[in-house]
Amino acid sequence: MKTVNKGVRKKDAMQLLTGKPVYTNDLAPAECLIVKLLRSPHANAVIEDINTDIAMKVKGIEAIYTWRDIPEGQMRFTCAGQTYPEPSPYDRLILDKHVRFVGDVVAIVAGENEKCVDKAISLIKVKYKVLTPLLDFTLAKDNEILVHPEDNWESLCPVGADNKRNLCAHDESSSGDIDKTLSECDIVIDRTYHTKAVQQTMMETFRTFCTIDMYGRLNVVSSTQIVFHCRRIIANALGIPKTMVRVSKPRIGGGFGAKQTSISEIYPAFVTWHTKKPSKILFSREESMTASTPRHEMQLHVRLGAMRDGRIRGIDLYTLSNTGAYGEHGPTTVGLSGHKSIPLYGSAESFRFISDVVYTNRMSAGAYRGYGATQGLFAVESAVNELAAELGMDPIALRELNITREGEVMPAYYSQMNTSCALDRCLERVKRMINWDEKYPCRDMGNGKVRSVGMAMAMQGSGISGVDVGSATLRLNETGFYTLNIGAADMGTGCDTILAQIAAEVLECDIEDINVYGADTDVSPYDSGSYASSTTYVTGKATEMCALELRSRICELGASMLGVERDKAEFDGRAVFVSDEPEKRVELFDIATASMCGNNIALAVTKTHSSEISPPPFMVGAAEVEIDKETGEIEVVDYYAAVDCGTTINPNLARVQAEGGILQGIGMALTENITYNENGRVLENSLMQYKIPTRVDIGHIHVEFESSYENEGPFGAKSIGEVVINTPPPAIADAVYNAVGKRFYELPITPEQIANAENKFE
Amino acid sequence: MLITVTLNGKKQQSDVEPDMLLIDFVRAHGCLSVKRGCETSNCGLCTVFLDDKPVLSCSVLAARADGKSVTTLEGLQEEASEFAEFVADQGAEQCGFCNPGFVMNVIAMLRENPDPSEEEIKEYLAGNLCRCSGYEGQLRGILNFLDMRRRRDQI
Ligand code: FES
Ligand code: FES
Repeated sequence: MKTVNKGVRKKDAMQLLTGKPVYTNDLAPAECLIVKLLRSPHANAVIEDINTDIAMKVKGIEAIYTWRDIPEGQMRFTCAGQTYPEPSPYDRLILDKHVRFVGDVVAIVAGENEKCVDKAISLIKVKYKVLTPLLDFTLAKDNEILVHPEDNWESLCPVGADNKRNLCAHDESSSGDIDKTLSECDIVIDRTYHTKAVQQTMMETFRTFCTIDMYGRLNVVSSTQIVFHCRRIIANALGIPKTMVRVSKPRIGGGFGAKQTSISEIYPAFVTWHTKKPSKILFSREESMTASTPRHEMQLHVRLGAMRDGRIRGIDLYTLSNTGAYGEHGPTTVGLSGHKSIPLYGSAESFRFISDVVYTNRMSAGAYRGYGATQGLFAVESAVNELAAELGMDPIALRELNITREGEVMPAYYSQMNTSCALDRCLERVKRMINWDEKYPCRDMGNGKVRSVGMAMAMQGSGISGVDVGSATLRLNETGFYTLNIGAADMGTGCDTILAQIAAEVLECDIEDINVYGADTDVSPYDSGSYASSTTYVTGKATEMCALELRSRICELGASMLGVERDKAEFDGRAVFVSDEPEKRVELFDIATASMCGNNIALAVTKTHSSEISPPPFMVGAAEVEIDKETGEIEVVDYYAAVDCGTTINPNLARVQAEGGILQGIGMALTENITYNENGRVLENSLMQYKIPTRVDIGHIHVEFESSYENEGPFGAKSIGEVVINTPPPAIADAVYNAVGKRFYELPITPEQIANAENKFE
Repeated sequence: MLITVTLNGKKQQSDVEPDMLLIDFVRAHGCLSVKRGCETSNCGLCTVFLDDKPVLSCSVLAARADGKSVTTLEGLQEEASEFAEFVADQGAEQCGFCNPGFVMNVIAMLRENPDPSEEEIKEYLAGNLCRCSGYEGQLRGILNFLDMRRRRDQI
C-alpha cells in the first residue's frame, strides 16, 4: 500500500501549529452580539417571578429572554447528538420555569459587549421557590422528589424510561441461567464499584456564532462533532423548520464526546433568530466545568463466577447510572457498561446485565470517550484481577484461559461474531513490553518507595451497527485533483487526513491531490457525525466505496475518449490506457479537462455506508506505578499498551490517539473527580481544582500495535478513538493493590486514601 | 488610557480600558493565535512574549505592556515553522488549540537553554496543558528537533 498504513502528516498540521485563525471564535464577525447566560444558584427550584426591566436599561443591551419567551405548547427536545428518533428523552426547553441543577439556564442576555452583558445579568431579579434537591443517585429511583414531573416529558424510544419514577432508562438482557451457573462456581467475586463523573476538558470550551444568511436562514457555525444532529436540535429547540437552519463546523479544539451534545448552539441561535443580528457565545471554563456534559457517574455491582482452575463461567452485572438533570446519552451509555465488558470473556457460558438510569438534580451527564464502556471495564476488569489474586493465578494467564477469540460468537455483544481479534497477541505483547514476569506483582525499591504493576483489557465498538451512516462525495477537478466532501467532523483526530489517505490509496494519487471539506449541512453528504468510534470504520468504508466508483467513472470517460470498450480500459492513477496497445492512453489531466467540455458522464460520486456489525477494537494495557510508602503519593512511571484496531490507516495518528486516551484514563484513575457540596454546587469549577494530568505527572506511555484484519472495514481497519481510554483505571487500581495490599473500589484513587489505608504495605 | 506597544515589531498607539487584559488586546489587534483555555492561569494557551519573556497574557493587563514589546506566534512564523515540522511528523498537533502557547513556550525555552534534557523540557513546559496528545508526541517532536540541530551544528 502506498498511502494507507503510512504516517503521513495531518493535512492541517502546519496551519494549526503556526497558530492560524481557524477556530470558531477566530472566525466570528466582529459585530457579534455577546450572549451570556444567567444560571440558577439552586439545584431544584421553580421561578416564581423574574424581572428584567432594570437590566434591559443597561446601555448596549439588545435583548433578554426568560421562560416567558418560550411559546406555550413548545415541545421538549434533547440536546443529545443521536440518530432520530433519539433514545435520549425529550426533557428540555431552552428556558424553563423549573430549574433542575445549579447552573441550569434562567435567562439569555445579549448585548454589545461583555461588560454590559455582565452588568445586566447582575441586575436581573429572580424570585425562586426553592425545592429540596435530589442529589444522591442511589436514592433517585421512585423517590418522591421528581426531577421531571412535567406532563410534556417524552421518550421517543422504548428504553424503559418513566419520568414519574425518575427513570431515564431501564434494560435487561441475559443469556443462559446466570443464577444456576454462579451457584455451581467454586468462587464468586461479588463487588460493587463506583466511578465518578469526570470532564472531557477539551482545551477549547463550548462556543458558537450565528448569522442570518442571504436567504434569511439561520447560519450556525459551531465547535461541534455533529453538524446534522445539531440542525435538528436547533430547529426543535426554536420550533422553526429545519430548512431554515444551516450548521457547519470549522476546526474544533477537542471534543472527546463533549461536543456530541448541543451544549452552546441553541442560545445564540435563539438570539440571532429573534434579533436577526449576528451573535456568539463562548462558554467560560467555569461554565464548561459546571454546566456541561461529563461522564455518567455509575455504580456497578459485579458477580463473577469461576472454577478453581481459572475458568470464568458467568458474569452478572447491575449498573446504576446517574444522568443528572437531563437525559442526554443516558439510555445508551449505560448499555456499554455491560455490552463492552462482559464479551471479553468468551469462556463464560451465561451472563445477565440489568441497568437503571436515573435523574438527579446534578449537572446533566453526556458522552465522553469510552461512553460507559470505561465504567463497565473498571468494574469487570477489577473483579477479574481480584479473582486472579484469590485463585493465586497470574492475571495475564487467567485472561489467556478465558478471552474471546476470533471466529467465536459473543452472546453479550448483541450475539455478534468476533470477526477480527488479536486480543491474545495483545496480551503476549504487553507481557513482553513491560517485562511482566520480572515485575509482577511488586518490588520494594529500598528508598521508601514501592514499584508495582497491574494490567487490564478493553474493547469498544466501531460505529453503532445498523444505525450510523457515513458518506463521502468525491469529485474530479481540472488538472486531475480531487475534492473529498464529508459530514464527519475532524476534531483533532485527523479524520480529514485519514479519509483522504483511503481515497488516495484507491485513486492511486498523492494525498496532496485530495482536498478535503467538511462538515456543513448545506454541502456535505449525510453523516451521523464523529462519535461512537465510527469515522474510520463507517465513513472510511464509504470513502473507499466512493473512490472505487469514481475510478470506474474515470475509466468510463477515458475509454470513450479512446474509443474502446469500457472493460478494456485500465486506470493507474495517472492515465487511462489499454494494456497491450501502448498508443491507446489518455492522461488524467486530459480526462479532467474533457469532463468539463461537452461531457455527459458525471465525475462526481457520493456513496453512503452503514455497517450491520460493529467490530470491536481490542487492547491490553499495563501500568507500572511507584508509590511513596509514607505519603501515598503515586506516579505512573510507565504505561504499556498493545492495541488491535485492525489496520492502522495512519500509524502516527493512531499512536497519538492511544497516548492521549491513555493519559485521560490515567487522569480518571488518579486525579479527576467532580464533587458537589450539600446544596448541589460543583466544587471543581476551574482547572485549578479539576486536575487533568500535566506532562510532569506521567513518565512514559509506550504504544504498540497488534493488528488483526477486519474484512468489513476499509483496508482492514477498525476504530481506535475510544478503546484507548479504558484500561488505565482497572490496571492502575490493581497495581495499587499489588503494592499496598488494599483494593480500591472507587475512583479516583488518591494519595490520601492510600496513605490512610489500614495494614498497608504488609 | 493611551498605551504604546510594539506588537510583533510594529509600534502602535492604542486607547484601552484600564482593566483590559493583554490577551484581549492582542486578539483585538488580529493576533488570533493567542487562545484562552481557562480563567485561572492554569493552561498556558495564552502565552506571549513581553519584552522577550514568556507571560500568560490572560493574567497581564494590557496597560502593563505600555512602552514594551509584545510578540505572539504571528511574529515568529519562521522560527515556529522550523520546529513545528517535527511535531507535525509525529501527528502530535491533534486539535491544535494548545499548539500556539506550546510552540511559544518551546521557543522561549530554547532561547534560554538551547540543549535541554528531557527532565528540563518537562519542567519548563509543565504549565502548558494539552488534553489530546498525552504529551508523548510533543516530546518526541522536541527531541527530534534538538537532534537535528545538534547534527546540523556539527557539520
Ligand atoms: S488562558 Fe489559561 S493560562 Fe491564560
Ligand atoms: S492538541 Fe488538543 S489540546 Fe493539545
